[in-house]
Amino acid sequence: MKHQAAGTAAAGTPAIEVEGVTRRFGSRWVLRGVDLRVDQGGVLALTGRNGSGKTTLLRILATLLQPSRGTVRIFGEDALTHPDAVRERLGFLAHNPGIYDDLNADENLAFAQRMSRQSADPARRAEVLARVGLVDAGRERVRGFSTGMRRRLALGRILLRPPTLLLLDEPYASFDADGIALVNEVARSVADAGGAVVIATHDLDRAAGIMDTRAEIDDGVLVAVPITARADAHRTVLLAGSGGV
Amino acid sequence: MNAEMHRVFAIAWKDVTAERRSKANFNAVAFFAGLMLIMFGMAIGPDNAALASVSAGVLWLAILLSGVLSFNRSYEREIEAGALDALLLYPGDRRSIFIGKFLANLLFVVLVEVIIVPMAAILFKMSIAPIFLPLAGILFLGTVGFVALGTFYAAMSSRLRAREVLLPLLLFPMLIPLLLASVRATAALLDPSLAGEAAEWAKILVIFDVIFLAATFVAFEHVIEG
Amino acid sequence: MKELYSAASVPPRPTYLTWFGWFTLLFLIAAEVVGYMTSPADAGMGHLQKIMYVHVPAAWAGMLAFFAAFILSIMYFVRRSLRFDLLAAAAVEAGVLMTGLALVLGSIWGRATWGVWWTWEPRLTSTAIMFLMYVGYLTLRGFTDEDDRRARWSAAVGVIAFLNVPIVFYSVRIWDRGLHQLPSTSESMSPGYWNNLWLNGVAFLLVLGFFMASRYHVAQLEREVELRREENAMRGSARNG
Repeated sequence: MKHQAAGTAAAGTPAIEVEGVTRRFGSRWVLRGVDLRVDQGGVLALTGRNGSGKTTLLRILATLLQPSRGTVRIFGEDALTHPDAVRERLGFLAHNPGIYDDLNADENLAFAQRMSRQSADPARRAEVLARVGLVDAGRERVRGFSTGMRRRLALGRILLRPPTLLLLDEPYASFDADGIALVNEVARSVADAGGAVVIATHDLDRAAGIMDTRAEIDDGVLVAVPITARADAHRTVLLAGSGGV
Repeated sequence: MNAEMHRVFAIAWKDVTAERRSKANFNAVAFFAGLMLIMFGMAIGPDNAALASVSAGVLWLAILLSGVLSFNRSYEREIEAGALDALLLYPGDRRSIFIGKFLANLLFVVLVEVIIVPMAAILFKMSIAPIFLPLAGILFLGTVGFVALGTFYAAMSSRLRAREVLLPLLLFPMLIPLLLASVRATAALLDPSLAGEAAEWAKILVIFDVIFLAATFVAFEHVIEG
Repeated sequence: MKELYSAASVPPRPTYLTWFGWFTLLFLIAAEVVGYMTSPADAGMGHLQKIMYVHVPAAWAGMLAFFAAFILSIMYFVRRSLRFDLLAAAAVEAGVLMTGLALVLGSIWGRATWGVWWTWEPRLTSTAIMFLMYVGYLTLRGFTDEDDRRARWSAAVGVIAFLNVPIVFYSVRIWDRGLHQLPSTSESMSPGYWNNLWLNGVAFLLVLGFFMASRYHVAQLEREVELRREENAMRGSARNG
């Protein structure tokens, strides 16, 4: 598998660099000044209560939302002015997996291949379906799939072209033990190849084996939480608060 | 460019396949269009002369009122599955999404027309056999502009509450020029005394189509994202 | 990044607006009085003819406002500043008001002249369609909460709708008169009529400008409220962090 999906960045460049990001929806401030840095090879677990802003931050990193203020740099590239550079690197497992009910699993993957300008290689799709444990269900319409199977398929779509920026929104939800192991395995492979992973989750236990840093969002503000296991300060540095340190 | 064409056809293929497999939407829209023709007929008829005099207008109204039901659906399918985000995350030109959806919607409305035009011909005493090809041409030209604007406006309305009423509210005033030219062209085809006019109306329709397609194509990327 | 508004950019107290308002009001009254005093009763319609001094300028002002919204929408795409979005919205609001007024007056005129409240006269019909297009613009804004999205969508609609304006006027005209229309002869009117029409045109231009400026000022105040909210939210975050 080739791991470097997009142009290479200099070794020291942070994978994710977020400065002073705020985001308002109407008159509600969901993010109120987030600073964050994840180095290449880092795995960040993002925790926080419902509505604390985890998903909003992930969507900003994924270029799906623009921050009201602040800057986002992904491998040195400005995500606001060069969103396509981020999208070339990105694998995003969202809450709602974005799979089409009326297509079968294989067709969903073929659609993703064409849309991301990969060659429509059936062997690659079969390989991916096997990896996410859907090899028997490849020809079945997704309409009959369980939530867990849909999420496996969404994970498979990411694996078609291994990302260097992997964003996972509640990835452990509706997965069985195998599925959870699969998620962590995928995350590990991205990080080991020099990519960066952000996992937004309630389920810290599941991510414990893989994260090297944890940050908690509380009411739109990021708070660094030191962890002893795998704390690896030179790889992941986290700056919290809104600059009023 | 070639890669973008693949993306265009991937979108169109996906929309058409999903529609073909679920069928529910197409059947309902075609049924609604037929129902409307009958309602118009009953409101205006049964006098044959009265029916014939309004036939072109009624046919086009049935097309517009039923076609408008299909555009929101094209995006709702993406939104329900959470797939709009996935679509936007593929690197590349977002206008390919527009052209792909435009082609799928065009096929949808053309197929509705295939069902309701013969039906309108029977109900409203239109003799379409001798003018089959030119009529098909006028229907196609009117439909292209209609679908371009519909696909564009639905990209916005489908993401708002009250989308069912909002889309016609935004779309129909914009469609007036296309409606007028299409109805006049169709009426000219049906009336031997106006034989020469249909071609001129067709030319006007071509110009409208080019303007609306170009404008919606350029503006689409500003409305599709978040 | 997008520093949309700083506190300093919101005018503390727009005295110019007050003066502008009074000047506009006096000019409008003067124009109406002059119009009423100086033009003789029309041979056919008597003083009813003077409704034209309001109907025609209102239609002009409406068209001008939509043109302004078109330019401002393009400016929004070039500069990506919400300022242009708010100005474009102000222009459309004023334009809808003006075209609405023109339609009501046109209807009254029609009743007096032809005995019917509505005729499918091409210019009147086109104005009605234009009115509906821009009501759609305002409705779309009303349904969109988030200001970045609202600005992008409004600007796109502001451009497309205005491109459609000449197309609507052209198509309604050939719909009404057929493909091979004769060039319309300019109606012979007394010079006094034209002078008064122009005077009222200027008056309505001022009214339009005043409405736009006022509406824009209100929009700025609304932004100021948002800004204060933001500052409070940030202060809250500093406490937490």
